[in-house]
Amino acid sequence: MAVNVRRIAEMVRKEARQLLRDPRTRVAMFVAPMVQLVVFGYAVNTDIPNTSMVVVDHDRSAASRRLIDAFERTGYFAVVARPPRSADLVTALDDGTAIVGLEIPDGFARDLGRADGTAIQVVVDGTHSNTATVAVGYAQRIVQAFGAAERAGPPPPVRAETRAWFNPALQSQTYNVPGVIGVLVLLMCLLLTALGVVRERELGTLDQLMVSPLTPPELMLGKTIPVAAVAVIDAVLISVIAVTWFDIPLRGSPPELLVAVLLFIAAGIAVGLLISTISRTQQEAFMAMFLFLLPAIILSGFFFPISSMPRGFQWLTLVNPVRHFLEIVRASFLRGAGIATLWPQYVALALLAGTALAAAVIRFPKALRA
Amino acid sequence: MNLRRTMALARKEALQLRRDSRSLALAFLLPVFLIVFFGYAISFDVRNLELAVLDQDRSSASRALVSAFESSGYFTIVERLERYGDVEPLLERGGARLVLAVPPDFSARLGGGRTASLQMLLDGGDANTATIAQNYAEVIVNRFALSRGPTRAAAVDVRTRVWFNETLESRNMIVPGLVAVIMSIIAAMLTALTIAREWERGTMEQLVATPVRRSEVIVGKLIPYAAIGALDVAIAAVAGIVLFDVPFRGSVALLAALTLLFLFGALGLGVFISAAVKSQVLATQAAIMATYLPALLLSGFIFSISAMPLVLRVLTHVVPARYYVTVTKGIFLKGVGMSVLWPDALAMLLFASVGLGLAYRAFHKEIA
Repeated sequence: MAVNVRRIAEMVRKEARQLLRDPRTRVAMFVAPMVQLVVFGYAVNTDIPNTSMVVVDHDRSAASRRLIDAFERTGYFAVVARPPRSADLVTALDDGTAIVGLEIPDGFARDLGRADGTAIQVVVDGTHSNTATVAVGYAQRIVQAFGAAERAGPPPPVRAETRAWFNPALQSQTYNVPGVIGVLVLLMCLLLTALGVVRERELGTLDQLMVSPLTPPELMLGKTIPVAAVAVIDAVLISVIAVTWFDIPLRGSPPELLVAVLLFIAAGIAVGLLISTISRTQQEAFMAMFLFLLPAIILSGFFFPISSMPRGFQWLTLVNPVRHFLEIVRASFLRGAGIATLWPQYVALALLAGTALAAAVIRFPKALRA
Repeated sequence: MNLRRTMALARKEALQLRRDSRSLALAFLLPVFLIVFFGYAISFDVRNLELAVLDQDRSSASRALVSAFESSGYFTIVERLERYGDVEPLLERGGARLVLAVPPDFSARLGGGRTASLQMLLDGGDANTATIAQNYAEVIVNRFALSRGPTRAAAVDVRTRVWFNETLESRNMIVPGLVAVIMSIIAAMLTALTIAREWERGTMEQLVATPVRRSEVIVGKLIPYAAIGALDVAIAAVAGIVLFDVPFRGSVALLAALTLLFLFGALGLGVFISAAVKSQVLATQAAIMATYLPALLLSGFIFSISAMPLVLRVLTHVVPARYYVTVTKGIFLKGVGMSVLWPDALAMLLFASVGLGLAYRAFHKEIA
């Protein structure tokens, strides 16, 4: 490969100037990711405090009030309505005013003292299946604790003591915000590389570069180095926001994390270059990007646990750089794990980045001629 | 507005689209591909959670407890630990979601009528899965305790029923939601570049020289894309119903009508972005910022809106996908009609008018 450092430096300067010249592009490159992190950092919350609940209490006794109180006291449920009839419970779930319905039968307090106990009904709107699963679990625990407290007698035979490691408060943001960092960085790499190259081709300015003495590898490096710089700056900026604004603990070593970020950016840029080689117009590049991005995010374990996917898809996630990057970022932020434990993910990320870059290096010169 | 001129523009746009066979193929194949792909791949269902057991008691009681975990179907034993010191390294490398530690005096205390204690250690990293695992585990332990205790029946029995999605199959929730998310992205993608492209290529000057009006350009450009979008929804919905047995309980006509309403808003937004920024790179980025992540994260598709802070809950009201997700879930799973969905329909109508209005204002028919 004929590579002249001075020519590359000139090309990088020209590209950087072009990127930084337009104030709107500057905002899009540096401010937008920060705003997005803040907005989406709040959104990626699977905790369900104050799940709306409608209660139909046919018993109206002290015991039934204690039960409702037990539900509310946990903070997981908020009673939004107490209609008198069962039919109103159906309406509330239908129109979405409540996600959970609790129905306490007549004679609840009376049956509570009997040997075979009593029963209550909990109805959940299953259209939010995650919220529903979590809410059902909480409801069962609350009722069990209530039952044990109401029935006088010997202490329970087994007591379980639960502790959550790494994230004692079980806050989902701590787990999800690092995921948002990955998505935003990837987005920036793809966007600037793929559309940047295709745009020059559409405008015809790529031909001008072709007649210059720049060789294809020089051209490629000159195009991608400024993009990589922008992506690294973005990654640092939004990580700082994650740590300072959202109080996400960064327990791992920043330099090791930076290595992962660089590998991930290399992979992202390589995919961007590959997209630019198969797209003739920016619209095609946009669609190809989308075609890559949505599977890459959904199969990364960002919101859907990989262990719940069918076996074939679990294998497919192994060639997804986002998956490995997220595992590194999450483990490094939350558990303070370093390369010593995460080396398989580092190796996988390096292999994927290397393969994609090699493919881009091979394909890119041909695409220039096309 | 002149109908003939509008239709002529629509024909020109359709011709251009037809010639760009790759974009057209992507526009049709993308939704089907994504629905099929994700219908199979995604699941919120938490099953086979990795469980590690540290049984220091090795009694019939402790074995009964462990088998209660196994037979629940929620946990799979991946490791049996020997020493307490093994717990920490295991959790650190992410080897298990839950560690169940049974102390040596478990069966002795249980048999002696005293309270036996257990320890359950969760990997709290993935808070959502950890919460679900904790709930399952505590219910299993409580059932076990009841079966060993003096009274066989629980004081209160919870009869849980899940409506609209009886088996809590997350696919049923995901497919209708995904239709909405994919459509809001595709709609913006189809139109975001349409005007910016004409500016960049210089063909806008040719359009400007003709007698067409602004509104005619906008509507003419929308018609072919709206047709593609409507077909996309139909294909995706049929794929979801046929391949994944997602229930469809509502009215087809209502879904079609509300889909069109949604599409005009979403397409209008795309045209607005395109006309406002005039550059394809910026238009792409703006379209992704305005549709892609908001549709995924702020629509209530994955993360429930009620759990968001107030500012963000307010913000979700300007995400059209939010209304459309409610509509698709409502029609598919609940079978509700206009009596329930009218606020969402109204919001989408408002959105479509504002989107088209903004597009009209942003699009100037003169050469700068």
